[in-house]
Amino acid sequence: MASGQLFSKQTQALFYNYKQLPIQRMLDFDFLCGRETPSVAGVINPGSEGFQKLFFGQEEIAIPVHSSIKEACKVHSTADVFINFASFRSAFASSMEALKQPTIRVVAIIAEGVPEGDTKKLIAYARANNKVIIGPATVGGIQAGAFKIGDTAGTLENIVESKLYRPGSVGFVSKSGGMSNELYRIISRTTDGIYEGIAIGGDVFPGSTLSDHVLRYQNIPQIKMVVVLGELGGRDEYSLVEALKQGKVTKPVVAWVSGTCARLFKSEVQFGHAGAKSGGDMESAQAKNNALQDAGALVPTSFEGLEPLIKETYTNLVEQGVISPIPDFQPPPVPQDLSVAIKAGKVRAPTHIISTICDDRGEEATYAGVKMSTLIESDKGVGDVISLLWFKRSLPRYCTKFIEMCIMLCADHGPCVSGAHNTIVTARAGKDLVSSLVSGLLTIGPRFGGAIDDAARYFKDACDKGLTPYDYVEAMKKKGIRVPGIGHRIKSADNRDKRVDLLHKYGRTFFPSIKYLEYALQVEKYTLTKANNLVLNVDGCIGSLFLDLLVSSAMFTQQEIDEIVEIGYLNGLFVLARTIGLIGHTFDQKRLKQPLYRHPWEDVLYTK
Amino acid sequence: MARKKIREYDSKRILKEHLKRLAGISLDIKSAQVTQSTDFDELVQQEPWLSSTKLVVKPDMLFGKRGKSGLVALNLDLTGVMAFVKERLGKEVEMGGAKAPISTFIVEPFVPHDDEYYFSITSDRLGSTVSFSECGGIEIEENWDKVKQIFVPTGQSLNTEICAPLIATLSLEVRGKIEAFIRGVFNVFEDLDFTFLEMNPFTLVNGEPYPLDMRGELDDTAAFKNFQKWGNVEFPLPFGRVMTPAEQLVYAMDEKTSASLKLSILNSKARIWTMVAGGGASVIYADTVGDLGYATDLGNYAEYSGAPKEEEVLHYARVLIDCATASPDGRGRALIVGGGIANFTDVAATFGGIIRAMREKQNQMREGKMRVYVRRGGPNWQQGLAKMRALSKEINVPIEVYGPEASMTGICKEAIDYVQVSG
Repeated sequence: MASGQLFSKQTQALFYNYKQLPIQRMLDFDFLCGRETPSVAGVINPGSEGFQKLFFGQEEIAIPVHSSIKEACKVHSTADVFINFASFRSAFASSMEALKQPTIRVVAIIAEGVPEGDTKKLIAYARANNKVIIGPATVGGIQAGAFKIGDTAGTLENIVESKLYRPGSVGFVSKSGGMSNELYRIISRTTDGIYEGIAIGGDVFPGSTLSDHVLRYQNIPQIKMVVVLGELGGRDEYSLVEALKQGKVTKPVVAWVSGTCARLFKSEVQFGHAGAKSGGDMESAQAKNNALQDAGALVPTSFEGLEPLIKETYTNLVEQGVISPIPDFQPPPVPQDLSVAIKAGKVRAPTHIISTICDDRGEEATYAGVKMSTLIESDKGVGDVISLLWFKRSLPRYCTKFIEMCIMLCADHGPCVSGAHNTIVTARAGKDLVSSLVSGLLTIGPRFGGAIDDAARYFKDACDKGLTPYDYVEAMKKKGIRVPGIGHRIKSADNRDKRVDLLHKYGRTFFPSIKYLEYALQVEKYTLTKANNLVLNVDGCIGSLFLDLLVSSAMFTQQEIDEIVEIGYLNGLFVLARTIGLIGHTFDQKRLKQPLYRHPWEDVLYTK
Repeated sequence: MARKKIREYDSKRILKEHLKRLAGISLDIKSAQVTQSTDFDELVQQEPWLSSTKLVVKPDMLFGKRGKSGLVALNLDLTGVMAFVKERLGKEVEMGGAKAPISTFIVEPFVPHDDEYYFSITSDRLGSTVSFSECGGIEIEENWDKVKQIFVPTGQSLNTEICAPLIATLSLEVRGKIEAFIRGVFNVFEDLDFTFLEMNPFTLVNGEPYPLDMRGELDDTAAFKNFQKWGNVEFPLPFGRVMTPAEQLVYAMDEKTSASLKLSILNSKARIWTMVAGGGASVIYADTVGDLGYATDLGNYAEYSGAPKEEEVLHYARVLIDCATASPDGRGRALIVGGGIANFTDVAATFGGIIRAMREKQNQMREGKMRVYVRRGGPNWQQGLAKMRALSKEINVPIEVYGPEASMTGICKEAIDYVQVSG
């Protein structure tokens, strides 16, 4: 490895597996640093293509999304860093493919839990082809003021506090990603800040090692001192010991290896990182700290001693004239995300949608405040669900049962009515379920299925005005309107509709009052004097009984009842019920494998 | 989530199955596992050789040097094995400073032999090291200078040429068999994500390699691709690591989540407890308490990271607070809720879980005279810390709260000072 800088202010990356937050954080960092180009050139999201909208400062930009690594590398030939946010399952395959692209020079692997055998294969390939791996199990790294990988350095506030928007004089490398952020802050407190920082990751075999990066820092002139944070487990630190002993590193190295607590444990302990395992003496924190110190590194006696030692080392370098502290400046403010600002209570924004019938945000969704589990456990029916979602209240069981009866009675009325016919023709045209269903539903209106609604409206109007059946029917006749809810193709006074009888009986038994039905029956009495088939039909019966339900249940105000009739609740009942039948017709046609329907010529009158 | 030792029984089972598949070599080895729940009658039905051959029995507990410690019994019949097991099952032994009862044995046919070969493979960063010696057995450490080693770089297959230095001095009759065996085992090692494998010794029975003693270590992060090949493999805890019920609870949670939740109890009566975010920071907090000279007062090592859900943190914190307040003694105790400056973990969200747990456990916290010391930074830290401050007033438990501007480990000293002053 060795060589020098990995990144610059022009470095661009390809980001594998779209993650909005880390990419946005990279772009915010770019803006803070005054970069001219965004550091993410493109996104690779297997299986999708197009663009992803993100912010670059105040502006929105569209970042291209590619479905394959190869394609992305071809389009973005100057992007040489590959940031891999794949899961531990797929990180190996995608990282290997990325390493094999000639345009890619650095691969950062974020996933924790990549099998070490897989990582070894990546390491072997990278070494043979002069490429650099950062990770796995890392947050990434940062070159202050130039380029940052993913979530490195956390929030914008932290980046500003740690002065990462402009380069300092310190090179930093650690195993731990979390601690790297802490050290950026410590280093910003005690020196002129970070030049570059890398977290190599907590695995047993990191893709690049502590010493790989320290040797690289040796070759970067802007870096005047190096801080290393190691960890117990593994022998990685010894290659740094060797490099120091051989004089390959001449810049001051302040180092600390954490894990001195391992001696407190009697048996082997697996600490938080995969590579951090207490075991052999050589791999202990004490041994590694001693070896580093013997090799010439500056090693404190505890982690708490690290900060003062960094400060002392830096101050000495300033006094010796090796470092002339970099002048600071105020970075441009990055506009805050709306969601963040709202969360912090700094701004408020109006909502665009209001909903009053249900809530799916809690542990369990509710219908008008009633939990779904309550509905199931208390043995409620679909009528109760309609009661909650349509009327926003729990109606008594006799009402919800009436609703269920209406749905059962209106579910279907044979294949010849316009709705079913349309559905059948559409299904036979090879269309899907939803298309077939809606083509049938779309016929519901003033001529088909609209009678319940109209019957209720007119009966209500006439009854409320106190019109006699005679006055009402004759007034309708004068206006040229057929009385809705009255009349049947087959049924007559002598051949009663069974459904009407059943509903009538139910209403009479369970409803506190059936004023409207009785009015409708009086109307029928009069119309029957005109013709034997002008009976109260099922639409008229449902319409009038529904009015009785609304009024006699005493659960609705007059205003609410008017509104329910006005905005078409009863039509809703018919649409819902008939959906059941139309779905049945669709499946029926598909099951029967019926061919495309074509209306016969013979059945058409061709004329001029 | 890393390298895990497996029992000798599993090592041999996996080796036998996959050496056949990958190298066409049939090992004539048989093993039976004996634990507390073993019914010997049933076992004999499954493994009839147990009643017809002379046997070897030894503990299968992830520790070595069993021969040297007199824990291997040779040339017994089944009754002898049963007596050996009965006498030792559940008895504590001390190995390498760790003490624990023996719970698992391995029983195998007794194989009289002369030759004892040593063979091991270790996984290194750039490849694997294969070691071989004709002078294996319990004196291997004394004879380490006779061990030959080769390094096989990653991606290279272990061919005849690379293998040659290991077996150059073997007689011609055995050389071919042993080479094929070493190469076959190497393939098994790579194919099944072993990270360590050792046979000390293996011998030759009728000219065929026969491992007598074997140790294996698998990379459990590779479970997602190997679970079928590994079969029903067990990952026992390191020897001597007996989990307390609390540790078991957290261990079970850790297995189920994509986040990381760790708890090791050091001293259940101790008065300084930690609950720290982050793999790196958690170690440093434990270090610092020790470096300040109060290792004996440290109750535990604990780590949560990888953006655990609020509910997960809640369960985790409940367990930990229960441990920390289990033995109130009138003296003060401290809980260090520490952490570095998070990169992406939502501090307010994870603190939400801790706060709910503390609210639930406030009585026992007050009874235990517990003070809480909080230090954390990262996304939403202001909100998280403000909630902590509010909680202190609400439940009347002193909670000292620091943000990213404070030194990370400063609260260790404060915790120690409080514990000292309060008796």
